[in-house]
Amino acid sequence: MEFDALILSRLQFAFVVAFHILFPAFTIGLAAFLAVCEGLWLKTGKEVFKRLYLHWVKIFALAFAMGVVSGVVMSYQFGTNWSLFSEITGSVMGPMLAYEVLTAFFLEATFLGVMLFGWQKVGRKLHFVATCAVAIGTTISAFWILAANSWMQTPAGFAIDAETGNFYATSWIEAIFNPSLPSRLSHMLLAAYTTTAAVILAAGAWQILKGRITEPTKWQIRMASGTLAILLPIQIMVGHWSGEVAHKYQPAKIAVVEGWCETKDLQGTVLIAWPDDSECGHAGITVPGTSTFLFAGLEEGEMLHGIDHYPESERPPIWLVFYSFRIMVASGLGMLAMGLWGSFLWWRKKLDEPGLFHMAAVPAGAFGFLAVVTGWITAEVGRQPYTVYGHLRTVDSLSPVSAGQVATSLLVFMVVYAIIFTAGVVYMARIATRGFDDTPPDPASRERRPPGTPMGAVDEKAETSDDIVAVE
Amino acid sequence: MAIDLPFIWALILAIGVMMYVLLDGFDLGVGMFTAFAESEEERNMMTATVEPVWDGNETWLIIGGGGLFAAFPTAYAIIMPAFYLPVLIMLAALIFRGVAFEFRHKAVRRPTRLFWNGAFYGGSFTAAFSQGIMLGGMVQGIRVEGGAFAGGAFDWLTPFTLLTGISVVIGYLLLGACWLVLKTEDDLHNKARKWGRMALAGVAICFLAVSFATLSVDASIGDRWGFSMTQINPARFLPLAPVPLAGMALVVWLWRDLSMKPDAVGTAPDWRPYLLAAGIFLSGYIGLGVSLYPFIVPYEISITEAAARDNALVLMLVGAVIMLPIILAYTAYVYSLFWGKVKPGDGYHAH
Repeated sequence: MEFDALILSRLQFAFVVAFHILFPAFTIGLAAFLAVCEGLWLKTGKEVFKRLYLHWVKIFALAFAMGVVSGVVMSYQFGTNWSLFSEITGSVMGPMLAYEVLTAFFLEATFLGVMLFGWQKVGRKLHFVATCAVAIGTTISAFWILAANSWMQTPAGFAIDAETGNFYATSWIEAIFNPSLPSRLSHMLLAAYTTTAAVILAAGAWQILKGRITEPTKWQIRMASGTLAILLPIQIMVGHWSGEVAHKYQPAKIAVVEGWCETKDLQGTVLIAWPDDSECGHAGITVPGTSTFLFAGLEEGEMLHGIDHYPESERPPIWLVFYSFRIMVASGLGMLAMGLWGSFLWWRKKLDEPGLFHMAAVPAGAFGFLAVVTGWITAEVGRQPYTVYGHLRTVDSLSPVSAGQVATSLLVFMVVYAIIFTAGVVYMARIATRGFDDTPPDPASRERRPPGTPMGAVDEKAETSDDIVAVE
Repeated sequence: MAIDLPFIWALILAIGVMMYVLLDGFDLGVGMFTAFAESEEERNMMTATVEPVWDGNETWLIIGGGGLFAAFPTAYAIIMPAFYLPVLIMLAALIFRGVAFEFRHKAVRRPTRLFWNGAFYGGSFTAAFSQGIMLGGMVQGIRVEGGAFAGGAFDWLTPFTLLTGISVVIGYLLLGACWLVLKTEDDLHNKARKWGRMALAGVAICFLAVSFATLSVDASIGDRWGFSMTQINPARFLPLAPVPLAGMALVVWLWRDLSMKPDAVGTAPDWRPYLLAAGIFLSGYIGLGVSLYPFIVPYEISITEAAARDNALVLMLVGAVIMLPIILAYTAYVYSLFWGKVKPGDGYHAH
């Protein structure tokens, strides 16, 4: 493989967008969780929900900041690296992204200030409104970005200017509500909620394992387990719906996702396979004849195209898509298992006792992120070799920039993101695992920093009764 | 045609970029001044003046990038590759500075705290400087062939762009100092007045230097203002003269305000320096608009040529007409909510 500006730009885009999506996925879910907690506090008056809110809002602030800064990068990436794509699709894609800024970004960013710093400035109800504004803002943002991205997957409502070759909209309704938007938006929102639930469960499980079992901890893992148990079955159905839409509009993607080598009227489900000398590898383990159940509504005798149907120039990279999809599904099933297990323990009143479940729940906190990233790889690499599926090739979308410049920027982003990712995860994990313990910290653990040093003042405290008093 | 959509969109974008400069300008300026904080408490006071609002301020930058993409895709497709490296540097700087707002409070060990403090003022400075470089790069023109950027990777690096880079840094420092005058009391307030006067002197010098340099960058600019190598054309210059003259008058007025003793009761309200500084920026900005109109990629592509299809511009105009007043209203509400002097301990951990 030659590292030209094209492959480097693709790597860079994949890297910065994969990094970015971790944070919106988490903050969309966390904003909703915070809104629920604050709403429950206002409604029931139970202190435990306020403590949950005050605890998780600190993590939210960190994750949101990382989402914002990595998101600003995205709004410039299209132009710096994909200027031809920008010019050709600008009259269709541009307005969707502009609407995202107008209807979502300002709402989120502005009310975040009230959410984080407004406790003493506004009343409880108004503060709740600010939290809801941020939560709604993140959801609206997801709507527009999924509209734009789904249009790239299943373009509709547009025509091509014969003179300039640029795309323009013929129907905004068809372009925005393109065929894959409903399924893909639902899939992403559910992914955000379940990703967040898995993280909240992991943090709570860690606290239980460490013996920091407080009332908010218990509620946190109950809410997270229940959310996973309810949402994952829905998510699996929505994921399947998304697959059916892709099968209709992007059959080459599905051939690669499913690992179908040959065109047949009856295809099996390839559980796992690996590359060999043949075109698409050994079928390692295949459950035969499942396609009639999985792809409902097929005509009698209708052929299901395998990879062999598509010339090399129309094929997405096979193995990356194939494995990404399987990792996504496995992560999703893992979260489903944790949700069911946790709910079962809750029912048996054993959820608060440290055990095997809690040990499993800690690493399972990463399952959501894993599923989000591999799911997006499946969707976006599966869209190749096109940027706008069937109409604009990736190779025709690139900016006139040199490989040297792109290599530089890729390196810079890798270094910068490695630093802020490490720091951000450490800081978030520190807050999340410390939990809600009300007892003063062990003086021995403080000895490293004598009181009175400048750093003594900035020690992050766990939520103590002081915090709660300050809010009143 | 009844309404000139590209012109309206150029105006909206220009207002968006101006909003960005005036709003993020002050928080980048405050960010740079944190390098001179004498204690961690003072630094926390300074960041507390901008913490609730910086995120909203930076969103105007996305209007700059996203709006250019949406309304003028051709210009976006030329300008972004032309400024590939400065854009990269700006983004990296904004990343460090943005997360540093949060991270510096979370760092428990001294070296990491110092690192994020450095990331905060270093990032603020670098972002401001690269924005100034790009401004200069726009004014000096971009090489275009066949509708695409055709220059080199370092075309943006010239003595002129270094001058504009420094000018924007000093300009943001002025906005930041005036913001601190508004938001702080006592020692820090007095210091901010001093910093403001220093920055203002720099701004006055840069104002003149950039103005004269700009006149010589492209013949069309000198012509627009009525200047040529040998003579001044009063018929051209006089109608435009109020713009630079107003800028100079505001410089003098601001100097007077900043020189006042803060305890001299009933003299100048603390909000006035920021407003006057904004006025100085506005005069420079209008002057720039006069110089460059009707180009969006200077001297190559006009706003009409670069505009998106009319139906895209109409759709977005509907959105902008409805949403921008709402955005401005809640932005104003949040600013009013956090109005008044920042007190010690008002920072992040107050809630």
